[in-house]
Amino acid sequence: MKQPVIAPSETSRDTDLPPVFEANLPSRHLQSRLWRAVFRGSTLVGIVFLSLLLYNIANQSFGYVAIGNQINPASLAANGVNLQELDQQTLIEILTANISSGLLRQLEREGPLTKYSRDEVYNLVVEKVVRPEVVQTWTLIDSLFHAAEIRAQAAQEDPQAELHFRSWVTPRLLSVPQSSNPLMAGVRTALLGSLWTTAITVLVAFPVGVGAAIYLEEYSVQNWLTRLIQTNINNLAGVPSIIYGMLGLAIFVRSLEPITSGAAFGFSDPTTSNGRTILSAGLTLGLLVLPLIIINAQQAIRAVPASLRHASYGVGATKWETVWHHVLPCAMPGVLTGTILAISRAIGETAPLVVVGVATYITFDPSGPFSKFTTLPIQIYQWTSRPQAEFRNLAAAAILTLLGLLLGLNALAIVLRNHFRRAGGNL
Amino acid sequence: MIQIATQGLSRHDLARQDLTSFAVETRDLNIYYGSFRAVKNINLNIELQKVTAIIGPSGCGKSTVLRAFNRMNELVPTARTEGTVRFMSQDIYAPDVDPVEVRRRIGMVFQKPNPFSKSIYENVAWGAGLNGFKEGLGRPTMDEWVEKCLHKAALWDEVKDKLNQSGLSLSGGQQQRLCIARAIAIRPEIILMDEPASALDPIATLKIEELMRGLAKEYTIIVVTHNMQQAARVSDYTAFFTMDNDRAGILVEYGPTNQIFTNPKDPRTESYITGRFG
Repeated sequence: MKQPVIAPSETSRDTDLPPVFEANLPSRHLQSRLWRAVFRGSTLVGIVFLSLLLYNIANQSFGYVAIGNQINPASLAANGVNLQELDQQTLIEILTANISSGLLRQLEREGPLTKYSRDEVYNLVVEKVVRPEVVQTWTLIDSLFHAAEIRAQAAQEDPQAELHFRSWVTPRLLSVPQSSNPLMAGVRTALLGSLWTTAITVLVAFPVGVGAAIYLEEYSVQNWLTRLIQTNINNLAGVPSIIYGMLGLAIFVRSLEPITSGAAFGFSDPTTSNGRTILSAGLTLGLLVLPLIIINAQQAIRAVPASLRHASYGVGATKWETVWHHVLPCAMPGVLTGTILAISRAIGETAPLVVVGVATYITFDPSGPFSKFTTLPIQIYQWTSRPQAEFRNLAAAAILTLLGLLLGLNALAIVLRNHFRRAGGNL
Repeated sequence: MIQIATQGLSRHDLARQDLTSFAVETRDLNIYYGSFRAVKNINLNIELQKVTAIIGPSGCGKSTVLRAFNRMNELVPTARTEGTVRFMSQDIYAPDVDPVEVRRRIGMVFQKPNPFSKSIYENVAWGAGLNGFKEGLGRPTMDEWVEKCLHKAALWDEVKDKLNQSGLSLSGGQQQRLCIARAIAIRPEIILMDEPASALDPIATLKIEELMRGLAKEYTIIVVTHNMQQAARVSDYTAFFTMDNDRAGILVEYGPTNQIFTNPKDPRTESYITGRFG
């Protein structure tokens, strides 16, 4: 009779003995160190790319510039007085003598030249008569490490041109509008456009989003309809922004044109005969960030402990009193975090604005929600697509402005959030 | 239930005119969470101005029954209540009864101290102000009332110099007494206490128990507790709950605390209070 085959270990099993534990701690520690290295590596990759971005922008924003003048300012000096020191009267004479009659008529249409201040006239002379132009630009790295070679090269190629170390980010950049001359151009129009649009976006999306979140979390009954709505909100947060642009074009620019162009309110801007206004753009971006705000506010409201709600109901508070006095103050830091994310998204959006019909070249400030506008990302895009190298310097400077604006708005929201967090409610 | 106390006549006076001498009566009370029946056929009469303790093992539906007395279960979306709960002979689940008004007249203290993230003063004053507290008419001002409630909750001496500090800055035991002050500030007729001392240390627990005895002179108190000694110390009546074979809570025995602890009629009660199970 054959014995059934039993593995030797099976035969020697004694279940009464305590189990043996293998000494595996070194290998477990090794594994843990390995993962730490991986995570550190991914952080490093992120830092490297971020540094590269900043390096790139800084490299373009500062550096040597060779500027050539159409007319040498020295030749304009009258009676041995430098152009910079001439009085207004002489400057006006120089101006009228050196510009075309067409340009002069255009200038005088806005009022007699004597109406301008002396500095304004001087700027006009520089802009229209001296007409400085960028001959060549160099990057920051070249300017720092090869300054001598740059000077030699500039002197050789264009002895007339002046070589300056120029920061493209200047207070002037923020205060002057767009221009076809990169030395004169600024982002004032775009900056104001961005601020206006963001303001409208927040004004629309914040109350609507928080209101919807309160309804969905506190009031709605859980059924298939609310689940459907919830799923759709989650999906909408991931819809490509260009789709929102199409939506904005169809609804705000076309269908609601009387409202978005301001015509319904008796407001008519001769330059905008349609709904391609700040209001349309703000509403479109508002739709775009609405799901983000709703989802974040919902999560914040859900995180409010049930004990707080019970405490409020327990002293005979109604639902609204509970929400207003306890749930919302407690959820506010989370709600504001969501709003920070939404603002950041809205301020950097480009694609939907292109569809909604943002102006790319515009030199006057937006005067209200019904005016034509451009925004910083559009301005940056427009400058980077120009063939001249100096516009890329300008674009880099505008990027720094955009980053600064983003940082400023986020800082504001963070200050607000910390205020609510410290208060721990409405104490 | 709906009628508002007439001027000059307190609600306690009204209550005394009621036909019944019970604060709360339940008839065939069944509470479901979804399809699960959490408590089964509870018939219980709670005496006025006495302390009634509800004891029993974990999961036997003590807290569920307690929360049915002020319609707190409605905050759980799946909860469903069958049968009648009468407060001063009025059915609080009748369609024309406002749950907010029920909770205003039947206050509650919770297991975990849960003061509002407001100042100590506001914690007490908020509920009262919300429910139409009126100054003047020869009655206390809000400041006086807050002081009185904090006195009754044996907290005044500890917080009188820091009324503007957050209620959350207090210790756990103080927070729970603040919650009691908050509950009595709206002048309820009944105070429900859901294991009010289970999150506290023995000294804080003792203070809460003393407080309960003191408050019993003015209020009907119903307290759920895990702690049998606590039930024996503070209560006049005790209800013993347990689970049946469907894991639904049932009322086994109800009577004066002395009798329940010294001479229980039901063997299940006896084995529980002598510590043989639960």
